[in-house]
Amino acid sequence: MRLSLLLACAAVFTFGCEKKTTNTDPKPADVKQAVGDTPKPADAKPAEEVLLLGEVGSLTGSEAAFGVSTRDGIAMAIDEANEAGGVKGKKLAVRVYDDQSKPEEAASAVTRLITQDKVLVILGEVASSNSLAMAPKAQEAKIPMISPSSTNPKVTEVGDYIFRVCFIDPFQGYVMAKYSHDELKFKDVAILTDKKSAYSEGLTEVFKRKFTEMGGKISGVESYAKGDTDFRAQLTNIKKLRPQGLYVPGYYQDVAVIAEQARELGLKVTMMGGDGWDSAKLFELGGTAVVGSYVSNHYSADDPSPRVQEFIKKYQARYKTTPDSLAALGYDAARVAIDAMKRATELTGPAIRDQIATTKDFPGVAGTITLDANRNPVKPAVVLKVEEGKFTYVSTVAP
Amino acid sequence: MLYDLAQHLINAVASGTIYALVALGYTMVYGVLKLINFAHGDVMMVGVYVGYAVAFLLGRQAASSFLGFMAVFLVAMLACAVLGFIIERFAYRPLREKSRLTALITAIGISFALSYGFQLDVTLTKARDEVTQAEGYRLTSTPCATGDEHCVTILPGAAARRFPTIIESVEWVNIASADGLNEVRLLNWQVMSFLIAVGLMVALQVLVFRTRFGKAMRAVSHDHRTAALLGIPVDTVIAGTFMLGSALAAGAGILYAIKDKQVQPLMGMYVGLKAFVAAVIGGIGNLKGAVTGALLLGLCEEGVVWFGSSSWRDAVAFGFLIIVLLVRPEGLFGRYVPEKV
Repeated sequence: MRLSLLLACAAVFTFGCEKKTTNTDPKPADVKQAVGDTPKPADAKPAEEVLLLGEVGSLTGSEAAFGVSTRDGIAMAIDEANEAGGVKGKKLAVRVYDDQSKPEEAASAVTRLITQDKVLVILGEVASSNSLAMAPKAQEAKIPMISPSSTNPKVTEVGDYIFRVCFIDPFQGYVMAKYSHDELKFKDVAILTDKKSAYSEGLTEVFKRKFTEMGGKISGVESYAKGDTDFRAQLTNIKKLRPQGLYVPGYYQDVAVIAEQARELGLKVTMMGGDGWDSAKLFELGGTAVVGSYVSNHYSADDPSPRVQEFIKKYQARYKTTPDSLAALGYDAARVAIDAMKRATELTGPAIRDQIATTKDFPGVAGTITLDANRNPVKPAVVLKVEEGKFTYVSTVAP
Repeated sequence: MLYDLAQHLINAVASGTIYALVALGYTMVYGVLKLINFAHGDVMMVGVYVGYAVAFLLGRQAASSFLGFMAVFLVAMLACAVLGFIIERFAYRPLREKSRLTALITAIGISFALSYGFQLDVTLTKARDEVTQAEGYRLTSTPCATGDEHCVTILPGAAARRFPTIIESVEWVNIASADGLNEVRLLNWQVMSFLIAVGLMVALQVLVFRTRFGKAMRAVSHDHRTAALLGIPVDTVIAGTFMLGSALAAGAGILYAIKDKQVQPLMGMYVGLKAFVAAVIGGIGNLKGAVTGALLLGLCEEGVVWFGSSSWRDAVAFGFLIIVLLVRPEGLFGRYVPEKV
C-alpha cells in the first residue's frame, strides 16, 4: 500500500518533469507536431539528409500567441520551399524549441540548437528580451540568427551574425509620436510602460523624446511589470493627469486588461500602442475596451497588394485564420534565410551569413526587405485603428 | 485628494480581500501541518478554470443570473475541495513523517505539475453526432478555431483567456466633485466581491472557533500526536483542512477572475506568492494575521503607486515583508495569539 502511494507520488513528479522536458527537448515526434500539422515528408524519412534550421519561440507562457503565429508562418515557408524542390536538392526541416516566454530558457534552447542539433540558421525570437539572451550564443558560434520581429535596436548590435526582418523601436516610437501629434492632434500624452520588457522600454524612450521634440507634452509615465493583472493604481494616477492620449507599448495580454480597467475607472482616453498589440487574442481578452485605439504595425491584412493577398489566402487555407504580422514576419524571416542558403556557395554559418547580409529588395510580405550595414531592414510602418474584432488600416508612415 | 484617497482605498481593499482568502489557505495548512503548501496558488488557478468551464456550459445568459453565479462559485469550490483532498491524500500524507523539506519539495512539484499541465490543449466542442443526429459536447485535442462559439478549451493551453462575465458590471456609486474633475467610482461587483470575501472569512471563523471540527483542527494544530492519542481522527482533520483551504482558494480565484477578467495557467504562482507574503507578514499559522497581512499588503502596494513610482510596487511590498521579518520574525500576530490554526 505504502509503495503504491509512493508510486502515485512519483507519477505526479514525472508528469511535471515530462512536460518540462517536452518543452525544451522535443523528441523528433514532438518536433513534427510542434511545426504544425506538417504533412510533408521533411523529417519523416530519417535516412534522407535534411538541412536543419532551428527556431526558438514562445510556444507557452505569456507571449504564446506570438510564438505560435511565428511558428506557423515559418512552417509554411519551409513547406513551400520543400515543395519547390528544397535547397541544393535537399529538403529543409525546422527544429522548434519552446522557451516558455523566458529569456533564460531561450538562451539554453539556442545553445542546444547550436551544439546538439548543429542547425545552419537560427530563427527567433519575437520578444526582444529573449532575442537578446540568444544573440551572443549565435554570434559566438558563428551561426546566423534572424529575428522575425524583435524590434529593440540592441538585438542586431550584438554582432555581425544577427539579423532581423522588421523595423526597429526608434522607428516604431517615432511613427506613433508623429501620428498622434500630426493626425490625432494630441498635445498631452501619458505613458504606461512595462518595466520588465526591453521592447516596451525602448518604445517608451523614443516616443517620449520624439513627441517632446515635436512640441507635445508627456504628462506622466507609469509602469508595471509583466505578469501584473491589476493596473488600477497606475490608471487612477493617470486619470488625474487628464491626458488626451495614453501610450501603452506593451504586449496584448497586459494591454487588454489595462484597457478594460481604464474604462472601468472612467478613464476616457485614446490608447495607442505598438506591434505588441497584434494578436487576435487582444479582442478576446480586451472585449470592446480596446476599440478606438491606434497601433503601429509591420503589415496590414487590408493591404491590397497581390503579394500580401496571396500570402493571406495560402495562410487561411492552411490554418483557417487570418495571419497576424507575427506570422507574416516569421514567414519573411524563413524565406530570407532560405533565399540566402540557395545563394550561398557552401552551407556553412559564415557563407550563409554573407549572403543574408547582401539581401536586397527581397519581396517580403511585410514590406520589401533591404538590409542595411547594421543588419536592420529599412521599411515603412502602418498605423492601424482597433475596431470591434479587427484592425483596420488608416495610414502608412515612411522612414 | 480625498477623491483619490477613496478610489485608491477601493482598489486596495479589492485586491487585499482576495489576497486574504488565498492567504487563509496557506495559513491553515501551515497551522495544522507546518507545511507551506506551495501548490495552493495553483489550486486556485484550477478553481478559476473550473468556474470558466461551468460558465461556458451554462452559456452567457444563464451564467450571469444569480443561480448561474452561485453555480460557478459552488462547483469551483467543490472541485477544488476534491482536488485538495487528492493532493493531500496522495502527495503529502505518505510523506507526513518524513522531513519537512521533502514535503516542501513535493509541494513545489505539485505546483509545477498543475501550472504546466494546464498549458496542454484539450477542447470541448459542441458537435452533432453524425449517426444519432444528437447534439452534444465532445472532447478533442485540436485548438478551437477563432470565432467558433461552439468550441471551448477545457484544459486551457498556454494562452490567457477572458473570464466570462458572470456579473454584469454596473456602477453603483459615482461621486463626482462639483467641477467634475474628480470622481470616485464603486462598481457592483466590487461591493459583492467584498461581501462574499467577508462572508467566507466569517464562515471560516465560526467553523474554526465554534464547531467540533474546528476544535479538532485547533487540537491537531497544537500537537497532532497528542490529539491522535485522545481519539481525534488526525487524518480526517488534516484532509478536511486541505479541502477547506482549497475551497476558499477557489472562491478567491473566482473573485480574482471577476476583478481582472483573465485566466491563465501561471496566474496561481503570482497570486500565490503575494498571498504567501501576506500570510507571513500576518504571522503564518494565524487566521486574523493572514487577513490583516493581506489587507496591509494591498494598501502598501496601492500606496506605493499613489505616492511613489509604480515600478517600486513589488520592491516595496517585499521590502515590507523583510522589515516585518526583521522586527517581528513571528509576524504581526504570530505567537501572542494562543489559538493557532
